[in-house]
Amino acid sequence: MGLLDTDLLRRDFPVLERDVAGGKPLIYLDNAASTQRPRAVIDAMDECYLQYYSNVHRGIHTLSEESTKAFESARETTRDFLSASSIGEVIFTAGTTAAINTVARSWGDANVSSGDVILLLISEHHANIVPWHQLAERTGCRVEFIPVDDQFEISDETVAEYLDRLRPKMFAFAAASNTLGSEYPVKKWTAMAHEHDATVLIDAAQAAPHQEIDVRDWDAEFVVFSGHKVCGPTGIGVLYGKETILNAMPPFLGGGGMIMNVTTDGFTTQDLPEKFEAGTPPIVEAIGLAAALKYLKSIGMENIHAHERILGARADAGLRAIDGVRVIGPGPEKKGGINSFVIEGVHAHDVSAFLDGRGVAVRAGHHCTMPLHQALGVTATSRASCYLYNTVEEVDELIAAVADVRAKFARTGRRRRSRRSVESNA
Amino acid sequence: MPIPQDDPNDQDIYQEHVLDHYEDPYNRGPLAGATHAHDGKNPLCGDKIHVDLRLDENGRVAEAWFEGDGCVISQASASMLLEEIEGKTIEEVEKFSAEEMLKLFGPQLTPNRQKCCLLSWKVLKGALHRPVGTEADPSNTEEDETESQTSFGGPSLGEEQ
Ligand SMILES: Cc1ncc(COP(=O)(O)O)c(C=O)c1O
Repeated sequence: MGLLDTDLLRRDFPVLERDVAGGKPLIYLDNAASTQRPRAVIDAMDECYLQYYSNVHRGIHTLSEESTKAFESARETTRDFLSASSIGEVIFTAGTTAAINTVARSWGDANVSSGDVILLLISEHHANIVPWHQLAERTGCRVEFIPVDDQFEISDETVAEYLDRLRPKMFAFAAASNTLGSEYPVKKWTAMAHEHDATVLIDAAQAAPHQEIDVRDWDAEFVVFSGHKVCGPTGIGVLYGKETILNAMPPFLGGGGMIMNVTTDGFTTQDLPEKFEAGTPPIVEAIGLAAALKYLKSIGMENIHAHERILGARADAGLRAIDGVRVIGPGPEKKGGINSFVIEGVHAHDVSAFLDGRGVAVRAGHHCTMPLHQALGVTATSRASCYLYNTVEEVDELIAAVADVRAKFARTGRRRRSRRSVESNA
Repeated sequence: MPIPQDDPNDQDIYQEHVLDHYEDPYNRGPLAGATHAHDGKNPLCGDKIHVDLRLDENGRVAEAWFEGDGCVISQASASMLLEEIEGKTIEEVEKFSAEEMLKLFGPQLTPNRQKCCLLSWKVLKGALHRPVGTEADPSNTEEDETESQTSFGGPSLGEEQ
């Protein structure tokens, strides 16, 4: 497997044709933060708004029937994308963050008590840390972190050791790290956690865009991801949960849509998945998400992954070869298309601003992984993340631009022209 | 909405005089005998600024020093600002506006980078009200006291994803 035909593919993404400030063609390498939309997604959403949009479920009229059909067919497409057993296991949320919060609130409050342990990786995104800290505040449970080694890796032995020692109630980890780029052995770690009776949540925000996902094969209780990172719309994400566990959980948000019956005394809940979908759902977003998932499938998740790995490895090698550049992440065989790096003596913001001047969009900061940055002793990193539409030429321009960064900001014995001495000499 | 063509990015924000201030800053270091001091940071990129002032009996900023860590914009702008206001009266410094700070800096900045540029300005304003060695007035300890009064010319910098 090799590179995708990007010449053809890029025509599907109108935004990639634009220039950025400075007149340089856009080189979009900020895909881990959010991806761009293909025309197929934009068209599917437009079509809904222009031709048949209405609220779902509750209306007995033509538009509502059509919207409901499209919305439920989007759920079926998502079920198929995840290889879930039934559509009851596919809950639409506002995104990864909302999905994890739903689990922490609903499953967490019902199952976790004082002294229990929630086990995470140090590299988790804040979305998979803060809801657990909040659970700890409510219940008195402890949040523990598995560290990375000096190669930025986490071995199976380390995971086994933490599971053994801490006996966590929940093991929640990202299938792929949004900062290190590492791809973790989800199936293996999930099985290990199950041997220790832990419940497992997989944050697939950085996996769903790039890999084939089979939730039955992974066997985790929960799997979550966001629409906007899979070429879909913002405002939608997915919470997959095993049916038995979702059935046993109390609803989280209360409101319309999630009830069977409401009286002045109380309520009874709907069956899955509506039980967890209070209020008007993200209807058009779900339709857009389904279009995105179909688009990715039509290209083939394995082909996308192979393409990104080639680009990621090229970027990794190119960056490592530059004097003063340190790649914050494991070697290319352990990661996908994400490369985070620091340049000695230059702040990540200045790197990002300089690269923008060359048309290259990268992200600078802590990428919502502050505990990881603290553990590594760096305040901020720059991150270049590839996706299916990126090209070898773009990666080469990234490398060339990064090589020029140090020259631009190198200390050369400059002297400030003192305003004071100018004034006092005048 | 695409930013129109006369966008600030067209200009090199790392002009020579900016890099000069970055490499050869004005009054960088601690000030022994400071009467007033304050710290601040920009959580997004981790820029940090500490400002030490010596206010004299005539109500002037007799000396102004800074220490810090962060991007070129945040550090160079601190140097420019302190060079500009040293010797001025407290009143004059109080009046020195965000717009004037951005103008002093020179190259036009996008809203996100304006935050970096205005960090030292914000810390300086805070320092005027924070005598060294005394517990600051509790009504003054709000980190974003000046921010609430001032438009920073852009969206607040949340976390990047
Ligand atoms: C690994 C990971 N988890 C969670 C999130 C949060 O996703 P969202 O902001 O879409 O809820 C992100 C991205 O921002 C991510 O990369």
